[in-house]
Amino acid sequence: MKPDRTPLLLGAVLAAVIVAGLALPQWLLFILTIACAQGLVVLGLNLLIRAGLVSFGQALFYCIGAYAAGGLSRGFGISDVFVQMAAGIASAAIVAFLLGFLLARYRGIFFGLLSLALSMIFYGLIVKSETLGSTDGFNVAKATLFGVRPGEAWVRYSVLVAAACVTLAAAFLTHRYLKTPLGGLAPAIKDNEIRVEYMGASVRYAIHVNYVIAAALAGAGGALAASTVGHIDPEMSYWTTSGEFVFIAILSGTGSVVAPFLGAFIFGAIRTMAYDLSPNTWQMSMGIVLLAAIVFLPDGLWSLFVRRRSA
Amino acid sequence: MSQLSLVLVDGVIYSAWLFIAAVGLTLVYGVMKILNVTHGSFYALGAYAGASLTGAWLAKGYPPMLSYAVLLAGALLVSLVVAPVIERGLLRFMYAKDEVVILLVTYALFLVLEDAIKLVWGVNPYFVAEPYALLGSFEVGGLKYPTYNLILVGLALVLAAGLAWVLRATRVGKLLAAVIHDPEMSRALGVNVDRFYLVTFTLGCFLAALGGSFTAPTVSVVPGLGVDVIVLSFAVVVIGGLGSLPGAALGAAIVGLLRSVSVHYLPQVELFVIYSVMALVLAFRPRGLFGLAEPRKI
Amino acid sequence: MATILDARGLNKTFGAVTAAQGVSAAIEKDSVVGLIGTNGAGKTTFINMITGYLKPDSGSIRYEGTDITALAPRDIARLGICRSFQIPQLYSSLSVRENMLMALGIMLHCAGRGGFFSFSRPSVPGHGAPAEEVADRILERFGLADYRDRNAQVLPGGLRKLLDIALTMAAKPRVLLLDEPTSGVSAEEKFGIMELIMQAVRAEGATVIFVEHDMEVVSRFAQRVLAFYDGRVIADAPPETALKNAEVLRYVVGSPHA
Repeated sequence: MKPDRTPLLLGAVLAAVIVAGLALPQWLLFILTIACAQGLVVLGLNLLIRAGLVSFGQALFYCIGAYAAGGLSRGFGISDVFVQMAAGIASAAIVAFLLGFLLARYRGIFFGLLSLALSMIFYGLIVKSETLGSTDGFNVAKATLFGVRPGEAWVRYSVLVAAACVTLAAAFLTHRYLKTPLGGLAPAIKDNEIRVEYMGASVRYAIHVNYVIAAALAGAGGALAASTVGHIDPEMSYWTTSGEFVFIAILSGTGSVVAPFLGAFIFGAIRTMAYDLSPNTWQMSMGIVLLAAIVFLPDGLWSLFVRRRSA
Repeated sequence: MSQLSLVLVDGVIYSAWLFIAAVGLTLVYGVMKILNVTHGSFYALGAYAGASLTGAWLAKGYPPMLSYAVLLAGALLVSLVVAPVIERGLLRFMYAKDEVVILLVTYALFLVLEDAIKLVWGVNPYFVAEPYALLGSFEVGGLKYPTYNLILVGLALVLAAGLAWVLRATRVGKLLAAVIHDPEMSRALGVNVDRFYLVTFTLGCFLAALGGSFTAPTVSVVPGLGVDVIVLSFAVVVIGGLGSLPGAALGAAIVGLLRSVSVHYLPQVELFVIYSVMALVLAFRPRGLFGLAEPRKI
Repeated sequence: MATILDARGLNKTFGAVTAAQGVSAAIEKDSVVGLIGTNGAGKTTFINMITGYLKPDSGSIRYEGTDITALAPRDIARLGICRSFQIPQLYSSLSVRENMLMALGIMLHCAGRGGFFSFSRPSVPGHGAPAEEVADRILERFGLADYRDRNAQVLPGGLRKLLDIALTMAAKPRVLLLDEPTSGVSAEEKFGIMELIMQAVRAEGATVIFVEHDMEVVSRFAQRVLAFYDGRVIADAPPETALKNAEVLRYVVGSPHA
């Protein structure tokens, strides 16, 4: 059996981030941290996509996580990034557990539409809330780590390291999950759900579990984003945010737990470069990139690194 | 005038707008099984084309009363130029793929078109209020309503009647029903399904553009105009039933009324209510209130 | 002999179509039963009711004494009643071996083995070995070992049928329902494939019920035949007797003699 190289890869990436991060400029540290946040969401989204379900509403949990973090910051003065992420994970997971009873029954475009509707409900709630700042949202205080507030010059770096640790740990745990019998069910569900049921497994249960895990990851990502950007707003629950996550998922492919972070980083890098080049055509560039990915790399960027199995 | 009547009048106007904006989306889905995200782009394209052409028309000193025809022309022009290019140039190669993949392709196109609009028309707002202001206002129970809103309502009614007639009474309509039902069989029987797809897609985009174009005189036309419209159209179409034209009318009526009620009584819940109804319909009657599409639900 | 599966008075109508009328059959443990009948006679409906895919309008099905009529397919499968399909139901994006591993993985999942916190390779319930070994073993027995890395979807028809049945072996079924195991297979191969299937299946100690259109295959492999027509069981006897039954000849085999 082929040795599992993923844990090594994850460790290597973590080491690279910690070491290289010391020398990187602030803006790149920022992009990398956001890539971690978005990568977390997509790591979860991939669990659903592997089962054949494309969620157009992961922004819901991303936003719940962000507002959980923001709420802790604004309401209780808690700015510890780990506590915020934990709150994000918990609140998103609870909501997903409840919603999962409904959503696990849907497939195809209807799954997409219902997940979209749910995220837009949340959007509708917060965008009109005066206390939450309406369309403007509100600011989140700078991050602290384990009670320590890093100096101005070190904030970005320390948050990135914290993010990388959490992120790569999450990736590792997800990787282990995918190797369990339950975690490995997704491709079978996608290919032939009926057969899976006839063999005695509950497809709904499997999807429900994946949905909750995906939500928890998105919640963590949202909390991280809130802390990093220093600001949250209702747009985080809008359909365009969900669209971005799907974009990154398509770009990455589901081939590995490392893929979403690669995809998120490339997404962020292209976006920044395209925007700097021409602020009025960056969306067009992204659109073309997405089209190219769909047409030429249907299994995502990761498929470039994996040797094709013989037919 | 009672609060209730105000709510109703507002509801009717908003419903009319929603119907025009959303009917093209349900038509395209019904025939081609595609949830077309560029629907929002065409709305925006229609708004920009209508606004800029009307602006130019009025600047040249041509009769303002004909500006309505110009709005129509703008929508027609932009959809006849762009829609076929998209359908023949890209979409038709994707028909064999999964519904969700095609949706993502239209999403990618939406991103492209958002910036294409900026490249053609720039980022400054267009404000062409004459067609709107020209008609003045009429009084209902002590309150002034812009007469222009009647045009929207009228347009919605004409569209509804026209589409209903085409589908029911014409040969084309019947062939369309056949194609919706079974494209492969229709093709085997000699129907030019490709041409139907092209025409349907163009028509659907034209209807979106029409919505945008006739809304242009009432708003400031800015980039990003189509973004809200797409998701709202999705809600309307889902509530009424994907692929159903009477469903689009019913969905528009429900969402329009809900919006009107909430705006008058409890503005904070406006969006919350609309999307909640969308979710409720998906939860309890996924095919929509008039739906034809068989929901993929286990 | 002990009765393992007892169907009593099963009725099922779909609108104007009567798929089952008072169908009763007591299947004995370790027996091999053949179901024959023309298309639409009610054989597949019978199988669908036993496996829980359809619920009878009235009547009951008992498995080793327990009433299973209302159970979901998933629960019935877990009890040890498995089926194969007329059109092979495979995991189309996976290879033959991956299909087998997936089936075994489901068994592990159902038994609660190999979860997140387990650190050694769990043995598949009923097989006493880790999934990889069991997969190779079963594939070997079904003659599919040479195709293990081929994508399941591109296999020729007969092999896909075999894989479909091989997958059910992962569950160590007590009762195995085979829906047209040799359909889509060339005439020369039919007997060979059926022989292979029966050997592999019987070695595991399963009671077999199979639907078949080829009367020679039925005579050769079934100990008992249930003939269906118009939703009713018109004959229930050993093959030699059943295949001479006047009604069977008329409605199933298609003899012009009444």
